Amino acid sequence: MRIGAVTFPGTLDDSDTARAITASGAEAVALWHGDADLKGVDAVILPGGFSYGDYLRAGAIARFAPVMGEIIDAARKGMPVLGICNGFQVLCEAGLLPGALLRNAGLHFVCRDQWLKVENNNTAWTTRYDANAEIIIPIKNMDGRYTASKSTVDELEGEGRVVFRYTGGNPNGSFDDIAGVSDPTGRIVGLMPHPEHAIDALTGPSDDGLGMFLSALDSVVAA
Amino acid sequence: MTDTVDNAKATPEQAQPYRELGLKDDEYARIREILGRRPTDAELAMYSVMWSEHCSYKSSKVHWKHWSANTTPEMKAKMLAGIGENAGVVDIGDGWAVTFKLESHNHPSYVEPYQGAATGVGGIVRDIMAMGARPLAVMDPLRFGAPDHPDTKRVLPGIVSGVGGYGNCLGLPNIGGEVVFDPSYQGNPLVNALCVGAMRVEDLHLAHASGTGNKVILFGARTGLDGIGGVSVLASETFSGDEGGTGRKKLPAVQVGDPFTEKVLIECCLELFAEGIVVGIQDLGGAGLSCATSELASAGDGGMHVELDRVPLRAKGMTPAEILSSESQERMCAVVKPSDVDAFMRVCAKWDVIATEIGEVTEGDRLIITWHGETVVDVPPRTVAHEGPMYERPIERPHDQDSLQANGPEQLARPSTPDELRAEILRMAASPNLASRRWVTEQYDRYVRGGTVLAQPSDSGMIRVDEQTGRGVALATDCNGRFVKLDPYTGTQLALAEAYRNVAVSGATPLAVTNCLNFGSPEDPAVMWQFEQAVRGLAEGCKELGIPVTGGNVSFYNQTGSTAILPTPVVGVLGVIDDVRRRIPTGIGAEAGETLLLLGDTRDEFGGSEWAHEVHGHLGGLPPKVDLAREKLLADILVAGSRDGMISAAHDLSDGGLAQTLVETVLIGEVGARVFLDPDQDPFVQLFSESAGRVLVAVPRSEELRFTEMCTARGLPWRRTGVVDPESGTLEIQGVGEIALPELREAWEGTLPALFG
Repeated sequence: MRIGAVTFPGTLDDSDTARAITASGAEAVALWHGDADLKGVDAVILPGGFSYGDYLRAGAIARFAPVMGEIIDAARKGMPVLGICNGFQVLCEAGLLPGALLRNAGLHFVCRDQWLKVENNNTAWTTRYDANAEIIIPIKNMDGRYTASKSTVDELEGEGRVVFRYTGGNPNGSFDDIAGVSDPTGRIVGLMPHPEHAIDALTGPSDDGLGMFLSALDSVVAA
Repeated sequence: MTDTVDNAKATPEQAQPYRELGLKDDEYARIREILGRRPTDAELAMYSVMWSEHCSYKSSKVHWKHWSANTTPEMKAKMLAGIGENAGVVDIGDGWAVTFKLESHNHPSYVEPYQGAATGVGGIVRDIMAMGARPLAVMDPLRFGAPDHPDTKRVLPGIVSGVGGYGNCLGLPNIGGEVVFDPSYQGNPLVNALCVGAMRVEDLHLAHASGTGNKVILFGARTGLDGIGGVSVLASETFSGDEGGTGRKKLPAVQVGDPFTEKVLIECCLELFAEGIVVGIQDLGGAGLSCATSELASAGDGGMHVELDRVPLRAKGMTPAEILSSESQERMCAVVKPSDVDAFMRVCAKWDVIATEIGEVTEGDRLIITWHGETVVDVPPRTVAHEGPMYERPIERPHDQDSLQANGPEQLARPSTPDELRAEILRMAASPNLASRRWVTEQYDRYVRGGTVLAQPSDSGMIRVDEQTGRGVALATDCNGRFVKLDPYTGTQLALAEAYRNVAVSGATPLAVTNCLNFGSPEDPAVMWQFEQAVRGLAEGCKELGIPVTGGNVSFYNQTGSTAILPTPVVGVLGVIDDVRRRIPTGIGAEAGETLLLLGDTRDEFGGSEWAHEVHGHLGGLPPKVDLAREKLLADILVAGSRDGMISAAHDLSDGGLAQTLVETVLIGEVGARVFLDPDQDPFVQLFSESAGRVLVAVPRSEELRFTEMCTARGLPWRRTGVVDPESGTLEIQGVGEIALPELREAWEGTLPALFG
């Protein structure tokens, strides 16, 4: 089982993501933004950070990286893809997920331990969670306020594609408290909070994040 | 026309604006004497920045004798690199070396809070990279003016978002620091930045340019007109009456940071280190290329030739003097063997980092810089970098020191009834200096890189260095400027004691010390007295504790109007822990049934206390007594207790005394407690005194006897002070009353958001 973690210039959580992949029992494979090569991985994670400095707009430049062409192709064929924070922003910019992430309502960078409700435990990245499980994992971003048109949000809500919702307080003004969404197949998921920072209570608020990496293993094996 | 060495020889009498550049008459005369002629514009620019107070430490260097006089061979043995290098390096065991340093960026942060603070972080991170280390974490001790002053609302949010904006984008966790308010910092906030990094012992890189023929490579951002400061005087001489004619524009003297460029530069540097192709490396910070070339050359075994016209620029028409003194951020300078240059360039290209060969190491002992083939600098590099002026500034104990010390806090009205005491606890918890720092620390990423074991609001920050063994380091910075004002020698030792205790409270063994000495004008004899007392106090204190000062930074001329800031020697202590899994957390309640023990002695000590400041606006008397032998014993017991699993939580007592420690302990642990005060001592003194050498520990009931017997056997006073009460949801203090946790939390957490939004 091989899961890739992409490094763009300015990606920050690639080593954390690789650590989480390893902790789940899979092999972590480093993918470089400039190489149009997925190295035969079974799933891909776009980690957080400030790719290309987030200049222009978060995620706007990264989507044009050579590796992204390969990821978009593989994703359309059903490869599980997870975008975390900046990776979520990239997936939205690339059109793989609907909506956009705007500046936090308070206009500050927010780093805190955040409670989330798992609204859909049938995606490629959430099968290890109980339905409606409440988990605590860190959130840390400047541009985390999820927004989409009314019709898009209605569609997401109607199809159960809101995967994670903030509970115990909305940290950034996200529409409908949305923390993460999926594509129609449930193979592509993006979320603002950081599961890779919650794999061990020594260095994070919990090990609640590990479930996402373990779920991906299950979904690849099942496919 | 470019002012060449030949031109300088031909025009010895030409007037030069050295005073505008900050040089004194005798300093200028000495430069002429060294060179045997007048300096060129470029040389004058180099000497003037390198001989500035900031770069040359000319007023403070004479006091460095206290460091060496107080460093024993045992202390020295722990250091792999010490004062004089970019940052101190200590051996933490298992083949790991850790480097850490504190630096100030005070004045730029007042002018332009966001960029001043951001580039302060960027600069200290490059210092750590220049040692060959991977930066692991940052911390920021900050000082601001009065919390309700309108200008604080401009300065504080800007500085906090600058520290966060740069550090977050750089991918370094911010694991602690300080936020302190005092009106003396109104026109002069303090922005100190600490960075810690780690490397394998064999990978230590010292800044030197050795090996004739080796190439000098400048890499990172282009060089521009930002941060040139005083040297614009030279530019305006040269370009007078030429406003806008050459397309140049004046840029502010505060540099502008680009953390994305620095992040890429870090990864690029680490890959270069891993390839083993760096002979010497130096960051470009204050004084830019002037500093980097002269320091590299003077630390090596030869001279250096630099072709300045090869430096990639981002502004047109820059003069050699401007290029040499530009403080454009995110640049590094490396010395590389000719055979490794191609490999070096390949790594830089991978990371899209601009790299340019700008010169080489030469025979002889001169630093020669040319500009389109003409020599504009020809100097002995040591005279620029290390042999600047040194002053023995006049020292005089302030005339009002006696009256300050005589005006003790004994006459201040104290609360005594249970209701008054209860109200005082809430008032103090909500005071700007004691209230929760969450509004600030939430703007900093503390998780990135996945090694953060403890961060604010813990007493120290802790980072795992080795993922296999769990070996890690803990860091704390502290300083109570009021204590230092009342007695600089004791006050500085109290800062040392607090940082040392904060490291030990986490279960780590204190190992080494850095500092950032923030003071007023060195030309004021009273300030120099404070400074000399502080340095001596710190040096002698470190000797007593057996931990070396590995480096530091001095920032003078910190004043609001003509009034100096509270003397603020911020002390940073680094400790090592063999396995971060045995760290001691701050919050109680992790284990069922915990007893609270107060370790140490409580005396009636309120001089310089937070209570006297907050409630009475009073500063006078003497600071608390310092007993370093006791601090050492306390640290030994905390580390032993952590090693044997006897302590489940611990929190030191400092600003605000026992009351504040209790408030924080229950709120962080999210659990109630019942506290029993000593019937034989005044409750007010017990709750609010700031006696040093005290820690509140929580021990599982099963370990209580073993732990207290250890304390008794080793002569550390302890008192059973309370129990954790998971059911109550209140902080109950016998004889005072109960405070429900929500009420307490509202007081503690409401203040900073109410002030700053």
